[in-house]
Amino acid sequence: MLTKRLIACFDVINNMVTKASKFQNNIDIERVEIVAEKVYDMQIDEIVFYDIKASAEKRSIDLEMVKRVAGLVFIPFTVGGGIKTISDMYSVLKAGAEKISVDSMAVRNPDIINEGAKAFGSQCIVLSMQVKNVGVSEKIPSGYEIAIDGARVFTGMDAVEWAKRGEALGAGEIVVNSIDNDGTHGGYDLDITGKICNAVKIPVIASGGAGKPEHLYDVFTKTEATAGIISSMLYSTRLPRNYSVEELKEYLLGRGVDMRPMVR
Amino acid sequence: MIAIIDYKAGNSTSVENACKKMNIESRLVSDIAGLESASGIILPGVGSAKATMDSLSELGIIDKLSELVLDKKVPFLGICVGLQVLFEHSEEDDTDCLGWFKGQVKQFDKSKVRVPQIGWNRVDWKQSNAVNKGSKSGNYFYFVNSYYVVPEDDGIIMAVTDYNGEFVSMVSSGNIYASQFHIEKSGTAGLQLLKNFADLGEK
Repeated sequence: MLTKRLIACFDVINNMVTKASKFQNNIDIERVEIVAEKVYDMQIDEIVFYDIKASAEKRSIDLEMVKRVAGLVFIPFTVGGGIKTISDMYSVLKAGAEKISVDSMAVRNPDIINEGAKAFGSQCIVLSMQVKNVGVSEKIPSGYEIAIDGARVFTGMDAVEWAKRGEALGAGEIVVNSIDNDGTHGGYDLDITGKICNAVKIPVIASGGAGKPEHLYDVFTKTEATAGIISSMLYSTRLPRNYSVEELKEYLLGRGVDMRPMVR
Repeated sequence: MIAIIDYKAGNSTSVENACKKMNIESRLVSDIAGLESASGIILPGVGSAKATMDSLSELGIIDKLSELVLDKKVPFLGICVGLQVLFEHSEEDDTDCLGWFKGQVKQFDKSKVRVPQIGWNRVDWKQSNAVNKGSKSGNYFYFVNSYYVVPEDDGIIMAVTDYNGEFVSMVSSGNIYASQFHIEKSGTAGLQLLKNFADLGEK
């Protein structure tokens, strides 16, 4: 049967992997190629990295960085940040990435999801969404609102509605990134992750808040999420300890969660 | 020298990177001359069957490819959509494909499973041959697919995988090998198959 996935996520600024809390106060960790190769050797299932300053600096993504990573890791990786057009997407895929993550830009121009899916297939287009718990209201029936631009701008859009629309437009996967839980190491937001899993038929990836192996267990057993994004647990110096992929997999496999076993 | 067919919708770069990693001499090829000098041919694939067939038509290489693989028996490896287009017809956009193998390409049942299937799944070998030499049954490989092949001839089934029921995850017949999973993105398990394939052309 298809296994659950552990996805290592890097926020990259000037070729350095950085770590933020609630989308702020980034600290440098290491060069992106070094981190990518390290987690590949640890047998992570997948990698995603965001060029987090590309949009703000109004430049396209650093393609040389994508090429360097593609030459080092032989598992799928997704790239996001500063991708605005079909031609940007083509360049990133040609540089060796498997998937493109769209977020704020897709809120501004939802047709890009549709165009990207038509050009490269749905499996290439990952819709990443920043969600915040704002309480249930008439306008936000799920209680979670979509934000953009590094959680700075609120859109008035309901998270579940946006997920359904993204699916209808042709997204192949959805990343539910909790603004409230990001960087807290207190666990994923199971509520909105579960709601979105129930609302769409495409794979859903939980993101934001993982700090302990139990958090992965919770999201894989209490929601239908097919993957969990982890970053701090692997390499943040802010946590009392880091975990190896092997430790996480042994923990989850030991509790009956289907995972790709370690290759020895 | 392995020729990796380079077309717009494909992910030839990833396959080329994997070849480099395994010290396999390879080249991206998009014309007849490039194909003719190859000791083995890889047809990578992402995206849709229709986009792949359209691309191959545009390049004008379909007849030459068929001649080299079917008549001259040049070792051939298809990956993902590069497997699906070897069959007669795909449900995806009602696409007529190469028809090297009898059978159809069908969509997973969206009412039962999440589509696309994305992630690592278990592969059980039904044949032992030169390409899966040294690879254990039960190894995990990376899949990204909404469609799967249904061959008429069970004899070509090289591997099966479970996604709400068994589907065919690799076929082989003579010099032709093709996997639904991404050999180039399945870590060391996939790189080993790629190396085995490249070795076929060395003999």
